[in-house]
Amino acid sequence: MGMPISHIMTSGMSGIRAAGDLVARMEFSKSMRIGEAKDYVSKKLGVSTMDLSDEYVMRELREELGLGVITSVAGVPKGIAAKMNIEKLLDIKINSCEMFRNKIA
Amino acid sequence: MQKMLVKPLQKLRNSLSEVNTMTEYALRMGDGQRIFMTKEQILTDLQEGMADAADLGTIPDLSGDELDKLVDIITTSSRMVGVEPGMEVPVTHDISTIRIDGDQGNSGVGIPSSRLVGMMMHERAFGADTMELGHIDYSYKPVKPIISQEQQTMEVCQQNMIVPLLYGAMPNMGLYYTPDGPFPNPGDLMKSFKIKEAQEAMEGAAEHLTRDIVWIMQRMMASGADGINFDTIGAAGDGDMFASLHAIEQLRKEFPDIYIETGMAGELMLGLHGEMEYDGTVLAGLWPHEQAPLAAKAGSNVFGPVVNTNTSKSFAWNLGRAVTFIKEAVKASTIPCHVNMGMGVGGIPMLETPTIDAVSRASKAMVEIAGVDGI
Repeated sequence: MGMPISHIMTSGMSGIRAAGDLVARMEFSKSMRIGEAKDYVSKKLGVSTMDLSDEYVMRELREELGLGVITSVAGVPKGIAAKMNIEKLLDIKINSCEMFRNKIA
Repeated sequence: MQKMLVKPLQKLRNSLSEVNTMTEYALRMGDGQRIFMTKEQILTDLQEGMADAADLGTIPDLSGDELDKLVDIITTSSRMVGVEPGMEVPVTHDISTIRIDGDQGNSGVGIPSSRLVGMMMHERAFGADTMELGHIDYSYKPVKPIISQEQQTMEVCQQNMIVPLLYGAMPNMGLYYTPDGPFPNPGDLMKSFKIKEAQEAMEGAAEHLTRDIVWIMQRMMASGADGINFDTIGAAGDGDMFASLHAIEQLRKEFPDIYIETGMAGELMLGLHGEMEYDGTVLAGLWPHEQAPLAAKAGSNVFGPVVNTNTSKSFAWNLGRAVTFIKEAVKASTIPCHVNMGMGVGGIPMLETPTIDAVSRASKAMVEIAGVDGI
């Protein structure tokens, strides 16, 4: 248990605490290398690549854009709703969102 | 007067230098035990580990600057180190939530919880960049009888999760041999010198494995999965890799947008069959930098190279070796490389509670020297 957390503290991008999930999505959806993925996400967010791991910058920006935040805030987009906003921001399709859309009338 | 001081000053400098070279730094053996080494001893071990990788893989040595940086990372006095701000990388996860609710066999901590709770803990409490769903057996074959349960869990998790959520398990081709599966055990056949029959058993098992992985993922994709994590490809030899690459190829064809992470089991692809090929390349005997292009060719998005830890050697020896191998794999790869950094791989000591000092140093070295795209 301590090992993955040690990696997150040493080298990780902190997931939805900052913008780690967004950079990971670009690596996975478009096979972008780390530099390209960070450039892509930072341009879409209008921040510097350094800001992508900065909780101070990302906490408010995520809430403002509806991308999901680490703390539990009533009323802000969560789960699939946040992912639908991520799709629009990053200009990608997310499978679970597609499935969700296909199931509503 | 000045002349008179030269000799004593020189003597003082020499003795200070001697004290400096005799300073010992705490580090680890490959099994995690604390040891103490001088800077010179650390450098020697780094060079020997590096030379072993360079020799085995026929790949370049690290530069002098890179070795100096490794020495600095290892000898930093703080308990934990971190990458320079701006150099952070996504950290992907295998073994799913079994590390929360599982038993010691998977290094689980035995906290009774649902898999959804485990996922959300990773996302919202630990700051994981991605996550995966997997079941307690963690091999693909046993998923078949419980596929509906897995689909239902994936649907619920996808509705609640934000980070990329893959479905993960081990190809584990050994499950297709007797007494667990339909094919005769190649190990037994080889002991009887029935080499051809052993190869045929592996070919049959590989076909079944490919079929099963594709069948499972067709259903998981219908339940909203972002993609698939192949955890420990090649654990059952080259047939395991052959089957996995063919599954990747088929999945990419059927689901153009699927996320595919191709994680390896070991540094060297064991040639249990010996003659299996992918895209004209014999799989047996491939090192990480030779495996990476095949993973990309098959259709993977992310490649997870492995370098095994030698428990009888120091952390410095293992880290020098692992960074040399992984740096070359990152160079050879056309897709992102997320190096495997669990217990006993990537320079990390081989024990179920890897020490934080070693984990953080290996993690930093992989990002800043090997240039990995993730962990």
